[in-house]
Order: sequence, then C-alpha cells, then structure tokens
Amino acid sequence: MARPRPEPMQVVKQRRDAALNAIVDGVPYIRFLNIGFDRRGDELTGVLNFDDKLIGNPLLPALHGGVTAAFLEVTAVITLSWEYFFPRIEAGELDADDIFGDESVRFPKTVDFTVDYLRSGLPRDAYARAFISRAGRRYASVRVEAWQDNHARLFAQASGHFLMPQPKSENE
Amino acid sequence: MVDKAAIARQFIEAIPHANALGMKLTTIGNGEAGITMPYNKDLAGDPRTGVIHGGAVSAVLDTCCGAAVMSHPSAPGGTATIDLRIDYMRAATPGQSITTHATCYHMTRNVAFVRATAMDEDKDRPVATASGSFTVESL
Repeated sequence: MARPRPEPMQVVKQRRDAALNAIVDGVPYIRFLNIGFDRRGDELTGVLNFDDKLIGNPLLPALHGGVTAAFLEVTAVITLSWEYFFPRIEAGELDADDIFGDESVRFPKTVDFTVDYLRSGLPRDAYARAFISRAGRRYASVRVEAWQDNHARLFAQASGHFLMPQPKSENE
Repeated sequence: MVDKAAIARQFIEAIPHANALGMKLTTIGNGEAGITMPYNKDLAGDPRTGVIHGGAVSAVLDTCCGAAVMSHPSAPGGTATIDLRIDYMRAATPGQSITTHATCYHMTRNVAFVRATAMDEDKDRPVATASGSFTVESL
C-alpha cells in the first residue's frame, strides 16, 4: 500500500509557527516587553524589540538589568515550554490555541534564576537562546545566552532551575 | 555634604523602566532601600491566573538592590549589576502590590554585596529573595 502523501512543508511550518505564537502572545508580560520568537527548525531565538521604556540607566543609556533578566527568563521558559508542549501539539493531543482557555494546562515554574551581566545592554534589539541542560520529569536546568550586534560578544548569560508541570494524577 | 539618599532617589525616579512598571521608592538611606510596585495585569505571566511574571519581580528586586548600593555611605556614586540570583518561593497573590527591601551588607572599593526580599501583602511568606554583587562606580 502506498504511503499517504506528506503534508506540504509550508503547511507544517505555518502550523508550528501558529502554535508557538499562540503560546508566546498569550502571556501579557511578554507582550508588555514586546518579545518575539524566531523558529528555525527546533531552534528558538528570543527577540527583545527595543523601546525607550526598557532603559535602566538614562545617562549611558543602557537596558535595565531587570529587563535583561526578564528577557533571559522568558526565553528559558518559552524554550522549555515549547520542548514540553510541541510533541503534544504535533500528536494532536493539545491545541495551541486552547492552552490559555484550559485551566489544566500548566507551564514550567521558575525555581531560581541567576544572571551574569557581562557588559551593558545597548539601547537596541537583543537576542537570546536557551539551552536545556537537563529536562527531567520534575526539574529542568536551563542555560541562556543573550547578545546584540555580535553573537560572539554576549552581554548577559544566565542559568536557572525550573519545576516541570506535573500530571494531574500525581497531584491528587 | 552631598545627600546620597537624595541623589539616589533622583536617579531611581528617572529610570524609564522603573516608571513603566510603576515602581515607587518608599525608603532609602544607609545602604538600604525599599521599592513597591502596584499590581498590573499587563505584567501577568499567565492570563488565566493573573499572577505577576517572575521577570517583573526580578526587575523590582534589581532596581531595589541598585538603590541600596547607591545609598551606602561609602558609595562614590553609580552602580551596575554584576550578578543577581533570584529564588522564587511562591506565586505573588494577584491584585496585591509587590514590596521589596534591599540591604547592601558589604562594600569594597570595587564591589557591593546586596540581599533583597520581595513580599506581597502577606508579610510572613516571601514571594522571592535575591542576592547579588554590584559594581562600585563614580558618577
């Protein structure tokens, strides 16, 4: 028997991007900071779109350290969530558009987060990528790097621990 | 003598991001600072619960730590974060403002060491704690 014709690549790509956007755009604080995500295959890049309200030192000027920390944390949580939700979305168990309508869908929770400030954040767009060092059933450990003009010159890096969503049965 | 607390207050109140989050400096002086941030649903990390995103709590803690450093009697002026660790104890209760308190407990010529706590209206259970090191810079 002949195999069914595979879905056209654009359809798959559109569906995956729509799922990612549904997760990202559903979070008010991500919209407040105007962070977007670029997806290239399984690789996500967070993009912090510069705005004057992100300034922390008007004399330099430089990005607020809290904005840098938040940007790195958002990138870590979204990367971890995508890794967690994506197989479920692909398998048809979960509809990305329903995530924020369903009380039972939970996100990873930050336990701790440590940021190293390597140089001051310039008043322009910034990019970040998270690397999941370990994703266990309960805990995950994630490392994040952020840069601006030059990828080789990071302006901040971070690492943190996260509590993964627990299946309902284990909580009861 | 220059009033460090007054300079620090002026500086903190001129920070665009602090204003965007609605931060208010409540206390400052002698290496200690207090900042509050009102509840704002635009800062929620999950629209279903309305719980403030950890990133916004980090921003207040970072600002509060910086203010504490600037107000320290032996601080020559400005500061920048070298490293900041945040531990998240629990979700902040939606609708309640966040109150932070930071102490610059040690200062060398080049580095200031700071600890901070973030609370909501339940003063017995911290929402988050922070510890970090900051640069010591002349203005």
